[in-house]
Formats: sequence, C-alpha cells, structure tokens
Amino acid sequence: MKIAEIVQELNLAVWAAKASLDRGVTGGYASDLLSDVLANSKEGNLWITLQIHQNIVGVASMKGLAGIILVNGREPERETVEKAETENIPLMVSEMPAFELVGRLYNLGVGGT
Amino acid sequence: MRKVRADLHLHTCLSPCADNQMQATAIVEQARKVGLDMIAICDHNSAENVAAVAKAGQRAGLAVIGGMEVTSSEEVHILALFHTEADLMYMQDMVYENLPGENSEEAFGTQVIIDEWNNVVGKNSRLLIGATTLTVEQIVDSIHRWAGLAIASHVDRERFSLIGQLGFIPEGLDLDALEVSKPCSAGREYDYPVVTSSDAHFLDDIGRRSTCFMIETVSLGEIRKALRRELGRRIVGN
Repeated sequence: MKIAEIVQELNLAVWAAKASLDRGVTGGYASDLLSDVLANSKEGNLWITLQIHQNIVGVASMKGLAGIILVNGREPERETVEKAETENIPLMVSEMPAFELVGRLYNLGVGGT
Repeated sequence: MRKVRADLHLHTCLSPCADNQMQATAIVEQARKVGLDMIAICDHNSAENVAAVAKAGQRAGLAVIGGMEVTSSEEVHILALFHTEADLMYMQDMVYENLPGENSEEAFGTQVIIDEWNNVVGKNSRLLIGATTLTVEQIVDSIHRWAGLAIASHVDRERFSLIGQLGFIPEGLDLDALEVSKPCSAGREYDYPVVTSSDAHFLDDIGRRSTCFMIETVSLGEIRKALRRELGRRIVGN
C-alpha cells in the first residue's frame, strides 16, 4: 500500500516530503522510545509516534522507514519539518490517538512487521 | 591540586520516588562516611531541599552543589547544576512555569520539604514526577543562560535518558557532560566528557558510583574546568 492512499483514507495532514507519497509501506511500527525504533523497526515501515523532536527524522532516515505519522494532532517542531523535507521523509499528522490510528491502519491492511 | 571524589546526582525526600530517609543530615553523614568530598542535590524538577542539605553540609565540611534533574518534553532527564542559589532559583521558576499537573501521593509518593535539621517545613504539590513542556534544547540553553552545567542523566539507561528517548544525541547539543550510572561504554562514541554518579534514591546508594576529579578547590567552577580539561584540571577516574 502506498502512503498517498493511507493519507487519503485516514485524512492525514502532510507536513513534509509531499513528493514522496508514492512510497510503498511494508508494515507499521508504533513506539515513542527512539532507541527502540532504531532496534526494532524494519525498512519500509510506517512509524507511529508522539515524539516531535527532530531526531525522529534521523531515526527514520537511518532505518529507511517509509514515513512518520504523529498522533493526537501534535504539531512537529520547525526543525523537524525542515529536516524531514531535506531528508525526504514523509511527515504526517493524524488527529487520532495512537490506539485508534493503529487499529485503522491494521484494517487497511498495514501489518505489524 | 588534589583528588576530589564527587557524587553529582543525589535525590532527597522531595523526589516522590526517593526514600523518605533521604534527609539533610542523613545524606551528609552517609556521604562523609563513604568518603565523598562533594555531592550535588538534584531532585526531579525542583530545588526546594537544596538549601537544607547545603547548610547541613556546611556544618560537616562537605561541599554541596545545588541543582535539579529537569524532565524535558521528550521525557529526557537533564541535570542542571548551578554556582549560586539565585541562578538555581531562576531555573526553578522556569521549570515550575512549564510543569503541568498536581502530585498524587498515593500514586507517586510524598514530596517533603525539610530544613537543615530535617524538620518538615512543607510539601510540594506539583507533579514533580511529570515532564515539563520544555525541549531538551530549551533546557540546555536555559541552564547556560544562568551559567550552570548541563549534564545528560544516565545515558546508559533506556528510560528517561537522552540516548534512550531520542535514539542518539542531537547534533550540536551543547552539553557539558554525559552521566552514566555505572562504568560502561555508553556515550563514549560521542565527543563529551563522561561522569559517573549514583542517582541515589536511598541512603545506601550514596557514593556507590562517583567521579574523581583532579582540581584546585572543591567548587563547581573547578568541576567545569576539569570537564573541559583546562589548566591541568581533569577527570581521573570513577
């Protein structure tokens, strides 16, 4: 499934890297501990988090993640948006809390690995 | 110059998660007993027991540095150590202005404010165990605005540590040092000095980990020089 379809289905606000939404998603990973994401997420995963610090872009870039969705309508820091644009990491925001968002993603066919 | 053994991260009974026996005279006695020359008091998001321990330390000839352990919005713990009480109070004001919530004693524990003789003089009702709305960068900048030292707490742990929460140390973050909770390789790949501290929440933990500095006088200014390896001052072991 492509990020663009997920954006449309779940009504996500895209904050950065609009040009890269045709990227495919291999699965999802949800965690707010960045060391854990570094250790356990997989390439092509869509990452669900509430952390808004610019290091989320660094982690996504290092692990080759498909994109990041921030939950609860959290607004990313300015540096985070700029870095995501530079590094070409799609950065989206959902108004939903993490539990609801992950459930919706699962129903769309985005699995856990 | 002389070798000074310092434990720069102790809690008192003000921290909800610390033992209630962590009181002014007991902390100082235990620190002396285990051979420390210097301690720093760093309760969670508050410095209201610093004066009590500092006065008790003065009586016993133990140097006590005033500080606090500030929680960032990313849930990273940063130690803030200051030269003067006035600077420490500026930092505390800023933290209080950005620290939402009220403590629940049942859920998190008591937050007791004491005097230098351990008399209870009040209770802090703020949610000290909680996180401020300040980012790591804002906290480090504020500490330096008031001439303090900014040290990332226990970077070898997963929870509440800079590396655990944020995966790696943000580029250009102007820290004075990293703290580890035991001798280990964590943080050594970065270009920061590393200190070892106990993060004591119980009396028996005081001095269990410490850092030895080669410095001229027992002061925070000298510790700063040692971290920067200035004028022969340096860290000589843990």
